Amino acid sequence: MAVPETTSDQAPMAYWLTIGRMALRALARDWQAGELRVLAVALLIAVASVAAVGFFTDRIQQAMELKASELLGADLVVAAPNLLQPSLTEEARRQHLQTAETLNFRSVVIAGEMTQLAEVKAVGPGYPLRGALQVSDQPFAPPRIVADIPEPGQVWLDERLIQTLKLQVGDAVELGTRSFRIGQILAYEPDRAGDLFSIAPRLLMNLADIPSTGLIQPGSRVEYRLLLAGEPAALEMFKTTVKPLLKIGEKLQGVREARAELRLALERAERFLHLAALVSVILAGVGVAIAARRFAARHWDSVAIMRCVGATQPLIVRLFVLELVTLAAVAGVAGLVLGYVAQYGLSGVLGQLISRTELPAPSWFPIWPALATGFVTLLGFGLPPLLRLREVPPLRVLRRDLGPVDTRLLALYGPALLATAALLIWQAGELRLALIVCAGVAATTVVLSLAAWGLVKALNLLRGRVGVAWRFGLANIARRGPGSAVQVVALGLGLMALLMLTLVRTDLLTSWRSSLPADAPNHFLINIQPGEVEGIRQFLRERGLSSVELYPMVRGRLTGINGRPVEPNDYQDPRAKRLVEREFNLSQIERLQEDNRIVAGQWWAAGARGQGVASVEQGLAKDLGIALHDTLRFQIAGQSLEAEVTSLRSVEWDSFRVNFFVVFPPSALAAYPATWITSFHLPAGQKPLLAELVRHYPSVTVLDVEALMGKVREIMDRVIAAVEYVFLFTLAAGLVVLYAAIQATQDERRFESAVLRTLGAQRAMVRESLLAEFATLGLLAGVLAATAATVLGFVLSRHIFDFPYQFNPWIWLLGASAGVVGVGLAGLIGARSALRQPPWRALREL
Amino acid sequence: MRVDRDPKTAKGSSVTAASSLDNHSGPIVRVVALRKQVVSPEGPLVILDDINFTIDRGESVAVVGASGSGKSTLLSLLAGLDTPSAGRVWLAGADLGELDEDGRALLRAQRVGFVFQSFQLLLGLTALENVMLPLELAGQPEPRRSALDLLERVGLKARARHYPTQLSGGEQQRVAIARAFAGNPDVLFADEPTGNLDQKTGHRIVDLLFDLNREQGTTLILVTHDAELAAYCDRVLELDDGRLQGETRKAEAR
Repeated sequence: MAVPETTSDQAPMAYWLTIGRMALRALARDWQAGELRVLAVALLIAVASVAAVGFFTDRIQQAMELKASELLGADLVVAAPNLLQPSLTEEARRQHLQTAETLNFRSVVIAGEMTQLAEVKAVGPGYPLRGALQVSDQPFAPPRIVADIPEPGQVWLDERLIQTLKLQVGDAVELGTRSFRIGQILAYEPDRAGDLFSIAPRLLMNLADIPSTGLIQPGSRVEYRLLLAGEPAALEMFKTTVKPLLKIGEKLQGVREARAELRLALERAERFLHLAALVSVILAGVGVAIAARRFAARHWDSVAIMRCVGATQPLIVRLFVLELVTLAAVAGVAGLVLGYVAQYGLSGVLGQLISRTELPAPSWFPIWPALATGFVTLLGFGLPPLLRLREVPPLRVLRRDLGPVDTRLLALYGPALLATAALLIWQAGELRLALIVCAGVAATTVVLSLAAWGLVKALNLLRGRVGVAWRFGLANIARRGPGSAVQVVALGLGLMALLMLTLVRTDLLTSWRSSLPADAPNHFLINIQPGEVEGIRQFLRERGLSSVELYPMVRGRLTGINGRPVEPNDYQDPRAKRLVEREFNLSQIERLQEDNRIVAGQWWAAGARGQGVASVEQGLAKDLGIALHDTLRFQIAGQSLEAEVTSLRSVEWDSFRVNFFVVFPPSALAAYPATWITSFHLPAGQKPLLAELVRHYPSVTVLDVEALMGKVREIMDRVIAAVEYVFLFTLAAGLVVLYAAIQATQDERRFESAVLRTLGAQRAMVRESLLAEFATLGLLAGVLAATAATVLGFVLSRHIFDFPYQFNPWIWLLGASAGVVGVGLAGLIGARSALRQPPWRALREL
Repeated sequence: MRVDRDPKTAKGSSVTAASSLDNHSGPIVRVVALRKQVVSPEGPLVILDDINFTIDRGESVAVVGASGSGKSTLLSLLAGLDTPSAGRVWLAGADLGELDEDGRALLRAQRVGFVFQSFQLLLGLTALENVMLPLELAGQPEPRRSALDLLERVGLKARARHYPTQLSGGEQQRVAIARAFAGNPDVLFADEPTGNLDQKTGHRIVDLLFDLNREQGTTLILVTHDAELAAYCDRVLELDDGRLQGETRKAEAR
């Protein structure tokens, strides 16, 4: 073998060319020997999973950017919960800005016997100022752009609404007290949030028709918007002039703030997908580490010979690094292609939720992070065992028992840890989350390793009590102690991910569903005027809904605690800030509600009347720093009201019953404008009752929570489906780890099976011993995985989702049997070639 | 004619070919027109050609020859560890060509012991478990006691619970010898048994091997390139380039 050497007089170019040639030759040879395949596949999966998520999120971001200007339907918007001040419009006119007004609220649309809650948007002339409306004559027909808005007397329904109500263009619908004709099907409106977060279908109408519907009453929940467009300078001018004039609740929204909540939600979803992809990268890294170790060990002999004929340590390192980097480049490109194809699946699952139209094609930018991930994985996990090759002493040629000197564990796997941490911080986008995930991964691995090690040692005790095949299998596990523990941990992590994705997820959903009883309220009535309360009570009682309670609802803002004024800036917590900024709902109640519990102080006596005392929900009290016996001051409809906190309550918010942050005794709020609210359970057969109710009381809004819950569930299921899709890569990575782990001991196994057969063991017996070994490994991994999944599920349900965890004993059975069957079969298949070879040949090759 | 009802075959076997072993007479090994040929990158390569000989019960035979002369291949064919390209081999009365892989394994379990140059102990098992292995494979009663007796015989009873890596080369080969004799074999194959040992240890191993061989009346077939070791045997078969070149028979006992 010719060994190039760097000397000062040698041209570096020629030196590197020679090394390159040698590396390529080695690559071809090692590939044919099948030694690099596991490494390549692991890298391929790592790159593919990052690329798939990268391409997909890139498409979403592009879609968001394209739409940014349209997201508002304007350049600037003033939003308000009540009629806009005329001075705003005047100021806009002074600045020569285009304007248009819209009004958003929810109302029930009636068509014959059918009703459907819709998000109504009434628009004035000029709408939209940016972007364009698209309509069609039939559902799913190709849409066309229109410049107009609905004529008075006409409404445009979106596809979902027109289908739910089984209508077509030209039919009549009732809205409030009057009837409208359906003019078009609304296919697209620029300033609508993604379908992800709009729960109810859309009805578009002319603003001029609003008074004739009788839908808008004082206190109704509506949003007025003033859309503005024009020169940037004029817009800036408008902003500066108007800002000090804005009343509480009135907000300026620019393009940048547009749909902040959608952006935030998408960013979270993206981060989640990135982290999911990263789990597969880490698993793939483990696969790379195991494969690289075996690769290195198999090259000790050849390296020793190279050293003998004069290769220096740097040369050895350069050669192998060059070989691996070339491999990584090839595997990386293949991973990119696979990732590009895979992102179409992800778009299929999630794309519809984000955009109705086709997402823009992905850009090429995500290639770089994906490739970088591949190289970091290779260098962090694969390089350390290879670097040890340079420590192989040339003397190994004479004394085969000499290997590289033992390096410290940290030196070997420190780079892997660093690589993992770097990838996590990069992908999670925030240090804290990354550190939590890092610590979680590390703690899980350590605990699993210790448990695995203990179990492996415990197996030794069983050895004397079982037959020869099983003794041999168990002895193998015990002898490869650390290796077996690593195998158990790797298998356990893979199985745990699977169990989490199947059993624990179902358990969590079941727990969530069962926290809602079957007769939980599924309908809310809101916007009930005081004069309608008795009539509605009567109406419901006549139809068998006698126990329905109605509550007055007064909107007020907290302005002081113990005489000290309360400002949003007093609070760090965003929720507390929001609570102070906004008005929230107050009510008066005589008896403590069913699902409430007093946690401090005392509820007022039956028959108590009047002002001066209040009961506060404990979560609100904690967020705002309210204590028992504090005096609160509220601003309600321009007047102030003071009350001492005499009790703190706990409330089950997810009971779907009506609940309030702050309640007062009866008659305390009598002087303020109120709308009433109630919730009740309506059996499926009684739906027609709603149409009747809305006909009698047009301004009352019916909220069908069942549909809402269904929609929320659908969104959850879609996001879960997307994450599960990404977890397919995790599964693949887990299988690679398993394969690598089995491969790693393949040489020993071939030797052992050859010796056993030489001594007269029949193949069935060798198979049985292999099965004993793998099935036991699988059993240990399965039991550990089930335990870890249970703990994780418990933590998630208790601390994240906040409902009682349902303990599921089946998870152990499933985990154990999946481990035994899966790993047992995989092991047998992996060791098949060892069994087929005549024993003599196997003994000779080794 | 030797008629001994061997308890180890009375256990019953599913392999019919092995059932004719009970009371055969004549040579323990018979080789007729044996040929082994493999495909190499340069074309077919003949490793063994036209080999014929017989070995009687209780004989000790050395197969000698230079490296690459085919002696290890011959050993593997005699023991049924590999299959010939042509010709036939009878081992303990059974035609190996008529047995399948598992049938040959069963025959080995019942009749054959091995000693290798590189010991070939299973690293996962203790010395005792290594010796027990063939006893268990042959289904013999009380494998533990017999194995301990054998370890005592090779002087390693105190090391019964040690793993191979905790033993010296010579000790490992003594465990391997104990294992080879554990199944009370009719034939013992030894492939360069002293090749990996220093001279002094090698002498002791050879002494042990031949002592046990005499005690148990085993047929010993030994492959070596060491003329001194070969001289211990009753008969020496010389291989050269895949062919049997000559045979030396010792006139008198050593």
